Amino acid sequence: MEIYLDNSATTKPYKEVVDKMVYALTDQYANPSSVHRKGVIVEKEIKNARKEIAKYTGAKDKEIFFTSGGTESNNIIIRGTAYANHRSGKHLITTKIEHPSVLNTFKDLEKDGYEVTYLDIDNNGLISFEDFKNALREDTILVSIMHVNNEVGAIQPVDKIGRYLSKLKRKVYFHVDAVQSFGKIDFKPSKYNIDLMSVSGHKIHGPKGIGFVYIKETTKIKSIVTGGGQESAFRSGTENVPGILGLSEAVRITMENLKDNIDKINNLKELLLNEIKSNIDNIKVNSSENGVCHILNISFIGIKGEILLHYLEEDNIYVSTGSACSSKKKGSHVLIEMGLLSKEIEGAIRFSLSTMNKEEDIKKAVGIIKEKVEELRIIINKR
Amino acid sequence: MYNVVIARYGEIGVKGKNRYIFEDKLVKNIRNSLKKLGKLNVYKQYGRIYIDVEEYDYESIIEEARKVFGIVSLSPAVKFENNYEKLKEVCLELLKDKMEFEDVETFKVESKRTDKTFRMTSLEMSRDIGGYLLSEIGGDLKVDVRTPQVKVEAELREEACVAYLERIAGYGGLPLGTNGKGMVLLSGGIDSPVAGWMVAKRGVDLELMHYHSYPFTSERSKEKVEELARILSTYCGKLRMHSVNLLPIQKEINEHCREEEMTIISRRFMMKIAQKVAISKGCNALVTGESIGQVASQTIQGLTVTNASVDIPVFRPLIAMDKSEIVDIAKKIGTFETSIIPEEDCCTVFLPKKPVTKPKLEKIMLSEQNLDVEKLIDEAIENMEVVDITL
Repeated sequence: MEIYLDNSATTKPYKEVVDKMVYALTDQYANPSSVHRKGVIVEKEIKNARKEIAKYTGAKDKEIFFTSGGTESNNIIIRGTAYANHRSGKHLITTKIEHPSVLNTFKDLEKDGYEVTYLDIDNNGLISFEDFKNALREDTILVSIMHVNNEVGAIQPVDKIGRYLSKLKRKVYFHVDAVQSFGKIDFKPSKYNIDLMSVSGHKIHGPKGIGFVYIKETTKIKSIVTGGGQESAFRSGTENVPGILGLSEAVRITMENLKDNIDKINNLKELLLNEIKSNIDNIKVNSSENGVCHILNISFIGIKGEILLHYLEEDNIYVSTGSACSSKKKGSHVLIEMGLLSKEIEGAIRFSLSTMNKEEDIKKAVGIIKEKVEELRIIINKR
Repeated sequence: MYNVVIARYGEIGVKGKNRYIFEDKLVKNIRNSLKKLGKLNVYKQYGRIYIDVEEYDYESIIEEARKVFGIVSLSPAVKFENNYEKLKEVCLELLKDKMEFEDVETFKVESKRTDKTFRMTSLEMSRDIGGYLLSEIGGDLKVDVRTPQVKVEAELREEACVAYLERIAGYGGLPLGTNGKGMVLLSGGIDSPVAGWMVAKRGVDLELMHYHSYPFTSERSKEKVEELARILSTYCGKLRMHSVNLLPIQKEINEHCREEEMTIISRRFMMKIAQKVAISKGCNALVTGESIGQVASQTIQGLTVTNASVDIPVFRPLIAMDKSEIVDIAKKIGTFETSIIPEEDCCTVFLPKKPVTKPKLEKIMLSEQNLDVEKLIDEAIENMEVVDITL
């Protein structure tokens, strides 16, 4: 028995995704740029994949570009827009709790002479709309906000921000890192006035090493991956055909049943929260009630999250102490920004769910968590 | 051009009647270390070891052979039949080849003549070859007998002539397997891999003992220690690692002993377990990375109390070294980068806030009476995991 509750780190691919990738690797191995028939057939497969993704994203085919995933998407979008629009200004806005692929890209742009405003968050992990409005300047060219925080699941008001930006006289581009929200929230980038959006395949039961960006047709952006001119010359490099076909399959399955999926995951989260609350004392829930359906961050006071994590893995229960990307560093920057006490940060565990989890697994997991937490507290209280 | 690599050994030369045992072991160890590069001819001839080089790249052979303990230096060389005229030509060829890639202004010739029937003395040979090289190359090339940029070494031996330009240093020491077996207490830190390496350099075969507190520590920290063992095995060949989970013992100590005694009592358990396993595996000593005053358990008093837990000798090659000196060796032998990866190896939960720095043996032994020491040790060994580490 295995209970996998680390779906924000990665998800298990759908069987259909794997089958499609095997098909791509065994049959459709030609280079899509080749002139011969075999190449043309692969090119057509990619075209269909793009069409499929565009359809579920509410975009035009030519607004979808394939990348290697979230980190590359964030990099090429932020750099590409900053470089292409520096004549209109060099001011950028983001938040303090972005993913490192965003934060480090902005840090790098600062060295290039760009000025960046990092918005604060409150103790629910949310930025304030007022702060955002105050941060806007005449020379602001790009606003980049993560839709859902990967550690606590807070949903930023990207709808309001998008609407506000659309009312401005001058163009301020709006990038949304949707890695944790695509397939978990029912929204369309065009509806929120989003110009640029990053999505990663392996967070929606697709393959790793593939993702896509949505770039609104009218966006002025510079390519920073130059080469053979693939992806309309925006992101060159021989196409990752198995990845692309697998990704479109994942998007189709996820989005076809989006509302049901969200309901199902939300119910699992409610169950998990209630089970923990009624079985284990001295906890602090770090995710707000209006958070995303699949992330629940809870601090077990008096123990170290990492030790609990290893205790749970002994019973094949897999959780996380924060984001997998930052688990090597001390203390989550998100929890610190939310103003948590150090004992709360130390004891934090992130549970993240998917449609593949079952109710009985959740109940079983909480039973084991209760046992382990009690055991750990006894050991530690002795000291 | 090179057709052979010369491997020189130093200390073995003075082993008297037992010399051949050391030599044979060394040849065998070199053969083993080169196995992954293909089948190579390694042989002993008149007091030195040759490795025939043909299709294989001599640089990678030297890179591997350097790690064999007992080797003092290595030279890529040209070896051919005893023929003085040809020796001169080969020296010229070697020097010319070098000058194509590097600026060489000064050189010197150093000759050796073990074939005493030859008409010149070695000094005369050097002069003769030097003159020949100068006249053939010409230009600004000069002889400098004190600090030459290039030293051309020419040897006229009964069995062959040999010429070469460089000597690449090995680590010295004695061939592995000529000095018994030691059990190293290996952690994920900087010190213990260095301690193990230093003892292995003296010809001691190693077995490894690792303690963890899973699930208080992670799988990754165990993997890190295995990676360190893998680096050691590039010097020592196949290594056997024993992993013991100390958590049950730490829990017992936590429950029944004073907080400040946690570390020292844990150390004593580690030593006792290591000793028991060591004896059963035919090891003659324990090896630790301890150094005076480095941490609370490594004060003289701490070391005394730890030491009193075992009867077999404990080797502490780092005992009087500074951290920076240990780091230098760790960098040299290639373990440093892995050692500094941040992984918790000993459970920090159990680290006392104020560990005893001057423990008294009687007091510690009194505390240990609250524990069923023998049973805990036996259980730990029963649950021990063993993995073989190879490259």
